[in-house]
Amino acid sequence: MSEFVQSMLRGLGSGSIYALLALGFVIIYKSTRVISFAQPAFMLAGAVLVSYLAADIGFFAAVPVAAVLIAVLALGVERTVLRPMIGKPVFVVAIITIGVDVVVRVVTNSFIGLDVRQVGDPWGLSTVTLLGVDVQQRYLVMFATTAVVVAVLFAFFRFSRIGLAMRAVAYDQEVALAQGISVGSVFALSWAIAGGLAALAGVFVATGAGVDQQLWVIALKALPAIILGGLDSLGGAVVGGLAVGVVESLVGTYQGDVAPWLGPNFALVAPYVLMLVVLLVRPYGLFGSKEVERV
Amino acid sequence: MKGRPGLYTSYAQDTAFLNTRPKRAWTGALVVFALLLPFAVTDDLLMLLATGFVAAIGAIGLNIVTGYAGQVSLGHAFFLAIGAYTGAALSGDPDGRVLGFGVTELPVWLLASGLVAGLAGLVVAPIAARLRGLYLAIVTLGLVFLGEHVFREWTSLTGGPGVGRPAAVPELFGVRLDRASAFFTGPQQLYLLMFVLLVIFGVLARNLVRSRIGRAFAAVRDRDLAAAVIGVDLTRYKALAFAVSSFYAGVAGSLLFVVNGFFDPGSFGLLLSVQYIAMVLIGGAGTISGAVMGALFITLLPRITRELPTVLPFISADATGGISVFQVEAVLYGLLLVVFLIVEPRGLFGIWVRVRNYWRTWPFSY
Repeated sequence: MSEFVQSMLRGLGSGSIYALLALGFVIIYKSTRVISFAQPAFMLAGAVLVSYLAADIGFFAAVPVAAVLIAVLALGVERTVLRPMIGKPVFVVAIITIGVDVVVRVVTNSFIGLDVRQVGDPWGLSTVTLLGVDVQQRYLVMFATTAVVVAVLFAFFRFSRIGLAMRAVAYDQEVALAQGISVGSVFALSWAIAGGLAALAGVFVATGAGVDQQLWVIALKALPAIILGGLDSLGGAVVGGLAVGVVESLVGTYQGDVAPWLGPNFALVAPYVLMLVVLLVRPYGLFGSKEVERV
Repeated sequence: MKGRPGLYTSYAQDTAFLNTRPKRAWTGALVVFALLLPFAVTDDLLMLLATGFVAAIGAIGLNIVTGYAGQVSLGHAFFLAIGAYTGAALSGDPDGRVLGFGVTELPVWLLASGLVAGLAGLVVAPIAARLRGLYLAIVTLGLVFLGEHVFREWTSLTGGPGVGRPAAVPELFGVRLDRASAFFTGPQQLYLLMFVLLVIFGVLARNLVRSRIGRAFAAVRDRDLAAAVIGVDLTRYKALAFAVSSFYAGVAGSLLFVVNGFFDPGSFGLLLSVQYIAMVLIGGAGTISGAVMGALFITLLPRITRELPTVLPFISADATGGISVFQVEAVLYGLLLVVFLIVEPRGLFGIWVRVRNYWRTWPFSY
């Protein structure tokens, strides 16, 4: 039983990383109708930035500073690269974000070098006993921080004027424009939010393990999460992210005993299997809205 | 019509395989040039070009599903892998370290690889036909990850990561094409083989896309709802597009490593899929010749960047000091993708069209 609880908590911890990343994907998708494949690069850049800043100003100051800086970087990318592409086919724009991703990642990699960099977090791999089960502190921190961030974001979208503008743009860009909303700033803002979230997620990935050049691969796990939850559902992104984390962790714990023929690293691809199964039943994910077709 | 080459008097003339006289002349000249090339350039460049031709077959396949039928597939690497392993296993040494059946005759394993990959495409198609746009892109991406996992774990077939297995054996009517014969060197033979195959599969694809099926693909791409209204069976044509595309991927996959002779399961990652997407987009989506141009361009790109340090001294040739050539290569790759999509969305083919149109009315500007 304690093995199960441990595995669940581990899954919820890493699931909250995926949830943060998935939120970034969904926020960009909702406002611009494009999937940004540049998220992995922003995540990596965020973690690297913290690993440099933490030495000077301490970990807790470095994280928000890095998140803001990456948000500014994402905003700049949107302004320069993505803005001229408005109105082009979504797939073309998505491929452009892959190009952006490659460029940002190569530049960031040159700051990492061959070693593993530490972000200087205070938790490391130390554990705490919770309800009679040993849990790594970092998983609790990840889960709690994500819960707070998600609550703040949802409140922002629900109650603030800008949040209302963003929802209006997500609903219908042209109508929003006609109401005097600056659609361009909403695009920029959603990229900035997504960049900040990615940076935060990057820091969480790096706690305990450190930053290396392969860190960005983690961000691809958010893709099954957003498809699982539905591309245009914020709640779906959170649920999807947590589900992916939990499934990955549970499969990692039990698959070796139950189904060893699937191979030792099956946990890494289990989210994709889950995604395929869900899509067979619901082609727009769990919470995604079905496309309305008019002839 | 004599003296009026641009005037078509029948529909058949308009949709002809090579519908203008300059096109016939250019194509003929290009084929002759490509056939004479092996006697003029060095063997290592020939091997690179041969790989480029194989990549072009794969890119044509991706272009059929993505460029013509409009179904974005990031899963091309998965089908390439299926083809590569089918070809390698069929022609492999039966007593070797990895699975092999010893059928070394090229046409046999080539067709078998295509068919197996095509069947895999058909299996995926029912799921794919239900999805649209970015959902489809990510699901096909999932295929790549699943495939990578399977090929990593199935070591009796693939040799395992970091170890790999020998590629398919190119033997035609009992002659090993990768070994030097009385008249040609190995690379020369491989180059000619790949070129002939590219021409065959290119002509087949061109004929497919100008047929009823190709027009149905284009209708599905432009507006699937409208296509359904005019009587195109969406599920059937989407499945067909996936099957044909996977067949091409299988053929290309089985040939892809023949030139190098060895490959490991790590070769079939997301990067390979993105490379093929880049070939299609940089070459020009929805054109066969564009796919060929894009494939050759992407294949030759590393070679071009390797030459950069001699021209630009601040780029170093090894991975240590300053800006290394590998970093330039990776950045250039991303930048090219972005620049092409923003500045020339129709790709290399679009540039060619513009050059052609300029000279068509030369020396007048209209």
